[in-house]
Amino acid sequence: MYFSDETQKASQQLSKKWQDEVQKSLKNNPDQKDRFSTVSDLDIKRLYTPEDIKDMNFARDIGTPGEFPYLRGNQVTGYRQKHWTFRMFSGMGSARDTNLRWHMLLREGQTGLSTAFDFPTLMGYDSDSPKALGEVGKCGVAIDTLEDFLALIDGIPMDQVTTSMTINPPATVLWAMYCAAAEIKGVPLNRIGGTIQNDMLKEFIAQKTFMCPPEPSVKLISDTIEFGTKYVPRWNTVSISGYHIREAGSTAVQELAFTLRDGIEYVEDVIRRKKMNVDDFAPRLSFFFNSHIDFFEEICKLRAARRIWAKVMRDRFGAKNPRSMWMRFHTQTAGCSLTAQQPYNNIVRTTVEALAAVLGQTQSLHTNSLDEVLCLPSEQAVEIALRTQQILAEETGVANTIDPLAGSYFIESLTNEMEEKAWEYIEKIDAMGGMVAAIERGFPQMEIAEAAYRFQRQIDAREKIMVGVNKYITNAQHEIPLVEIDEQVGEEQIKRLREVRRKRDNHAVKKSLDDIRTACKTAANVMPFCIEAVKNLATQQEVCDVYREVYGEYRDPGLY
Amino acid sequence: MSERKIRIMVAKPGLDGHDRGARILARCFRDAGFEVIYTGCHQTPEQIAATAIQEDVDLVGLSCLSGAHRVLFPRVVQILREKNASDITVIGGGIIPDQDFQMLYDAGLKAIFTPGASLDSIVDWVRTNVHFRD
Repeated sequence: MYFSDETQKASQQLSKKWQDEVQKSLKNNPDQKDRFSTVSDLDIKRLYTPEDIKDMNFARDIGTPGEFPYLRGNQVTGYRQKHWTFRMFSGMGSARDTNLRWHMLLREGQTGLSTAFDFPTLMGYDSDSPKALGEVGKCGVAIDTLEDFLALIDGIPMDQVTTSMTINPPATVLWAMYCAAAEIKGVPLNRIGGTIQNDMLKEFIAQKTFMCPPEPSVKLISDTIEFGTKYVPRWNTVSISGYHIREAGSTAVQELAFTLRDGIEYVEDVIRRKKMNVDDFAPRLSFFFNSHIDFFEEICKLRAARRIWAKVMRDRFGAKNPRSMWMRFHTQTAGCSLTAQQPYNNIVRTTVEALAAVLGQTQSLHTNSLDEVLCLPSEQAVEIALRTQQILAEETGVANTIDPLAGSYFIESLTNEMEEKAWEYIEKIDAMGGMVAAIERGFPQMEIAEAAYRFQRQIDAREKIMVGVNKYITNAQHEIPLVEIDEQVGEEQIKRLREVRRKRDNHAVKKSLDDIRTACKTAANVMPFCIEAVKNLATQQEVCDVYREVYGEYRDPGLY
Repeated sequence: MSERKIRIMVAKPGLDGHDRGARILARCFRDAGFEVIYTGCHQTPEQIAATAIQEDVDLVGLSCLSGAHRVLFPRVVQILREKNASDITVIGGGIIPDQDFQMLYDAGLKAIFTPGASLDSIVDWVRTNVHFRD
C-alpha cells in the first residue's frame, strides 16, 4: 500500500466533499464541454487523488533512475553529466548542399547528426530511375553511390560525431557506405557510432517505405544486428520507431504498443535466426518516439515505454544485463501537430512538445522547424528550433532534477493506464502469432486508420481544437520564406551518377552483386558483401534490385 | 435507369508514403455515399490513369506531400487526355504551396485542397462539381 490508512481515509473524505462542491458549482455554470480527453481521446478526470495510485508499490513500480523498472530513466545521473543529444534531422538537394547544412548545425552547437534522404534513396531507386521522376533531392538528400556519401560526410569527424540515418529498406546499403567511408578515412569500425533506423515493421504499418515482403525484410535487419554486434559495437543497428505510427494518425497508446511489439518481433527473430544470446545484442537496440501536443499524455507514454520494455526484456527474454533492459530513445516533436495556418504558432507547439520529451527523459531530440509543414526548413527556422532545445537545456532548469513529475497522482495514474492498455494490444498481437502475422491481416494498419479518421472528424466537429485551423482563424497571412529545391539538382545528380557508372570497374561491380545474390539465397549475412559492393561503386539501386529479385517486391495493399 | 453513384479514385502518385490524408479521404468519400477505389502508395502516373479508365471513375483525387506534385499531377491529366478520358475530373491535395496553384489549374486540375480543408468542404465540392461521365 502506497499511502497510510490515515492518508487514504482523509483522501476519501476530502474527495467526497470536493465532489459535492463540484456538483453545486456545475448547477449554475456548466463545464465548457461534456467530455475532457487527451489528443488521443483518453478520458481525463477533473482531479486525481491518492485513491488513483493506492495499489502502486514504490520499489516495484517507481523506484529510482538506473534501477529496474527504469520508469524514471536509464541513467543514474540524469542530464547533469550530459544533456540529451541535440540532433536535428536534415537533408536536402545534393550531398554537398546537405554537408553545408550539417557544418552550419555543428557550428551552432548541435551535438549529433541526422540524415534525411530523398524518396528515391529511401525506396532503393537511383536518381535516374523513371520512378524517381520529380523527387530527386526534394524531401532529403539524394545518395546513389559511395562518392555521394563521401561528399555528404566531408569534414565530419567520424570518430567523434554520431550520425543517425533515417533509412529503412536500403539500410544495409547506406550503412555499408558509412562503414566503407570510415575505412577510407582511416577510422576503425569499432570507433564509429550512430544509428540506422532500419525498422521495417513500422514501414508496413505506417510509413509505407517498403521494398521486399515483411519476412525477408526482418531477415536483413537481423543481419545488421549480427554484424553490428560483432564489428561495429557502438552502432545502434535498429531504431524501433513509433514516430511514424503516430504521424499516420495512431493514438499514443497504439504508438506505444505497436512500437514495443515490433521490438519484440526483432528480438525473437535474432534469437531464432542467428542463435544469439539476448544480452549480446539487446543493449544496442534503440527506439524513436513522437512527442505530440498533449503534454502529460506524452510524458506518461515515455515513462510507460521504459517500464514495459524493462519487463519485456527481463521476463519474456530472460535478459540479465541491465543495459538490455534500458529503453534508449530519440524523440521528435510531432510534425502532424503543426499547422500551415499561422505558422509562427508552430514554435510554441514545438516548445511544449520538446519539454514533454525532456520531462520524459529522452536521450536525443529533434525539434521541428516552424515551416516544416510547408517546405523543407529554412536555415533561420532550423536555428530557432535548435535554440528551443538549448533554451530548455540551459535556461529553464527543467534538466536539473530527474523525472520531476514522478509521484504525481495524475502522472502515475495515467502512466499505469497507458501501460495497461499497451499490454492489451501486445497480448492481442501475440495471439495473432506476432507482428508480421498481424500486419498481414492489416490489424495495426486498420486500428490506426480508425483513430486517424476519428480525430479528423473531431477536428471538423470542433470537439478537438487546432488553433488557426478550426478556431481563432484569421485571414491575415504570416509571410514566411519557402525553401524550394531546384529541378536542376536532379539533373546534376543524374550527371554525376552516370559519370560514376562510366568510370568504375563494371566487372568488379557485377561480381560483388553476384556475391550479394548468393548471400541472400544461402541466408548468409549480406553486410560484408554490401560493403565490398559499395566500395566498387555499385549504386544503391543495383544492390536493392538484387534484394527485389531474390525476395520479391511488396505492394501497398491500400487499406483504409 | 438505376441510380448510379459517383465513382471516385483516391490515388497516391510517386514514392511518397504520407497516406494519412488519402486514407482519411477515401473513408470520408465512402461514408458520404460515393463509390471509392484507393490505389495505395507508390503509383506511377501511367498506372493511375490506366486504373481510372479501367474502373470508369468520375473523379481522380491525387495526394502528394513530397513536393513532386508539380511534375506528377500534370502528368496524370496529360495521360488521361491522351487516352481520350479528359472528362474524368482530376483534383489534388497535400503540401502544395499557394504559388503552385495556378500552374496546376493551368495543367487541368479542377481543385486543390491543402491542410485545414474540412472533409465536408471537400465532399460539398464533389457534389457540386463532379458529374457522371458520359
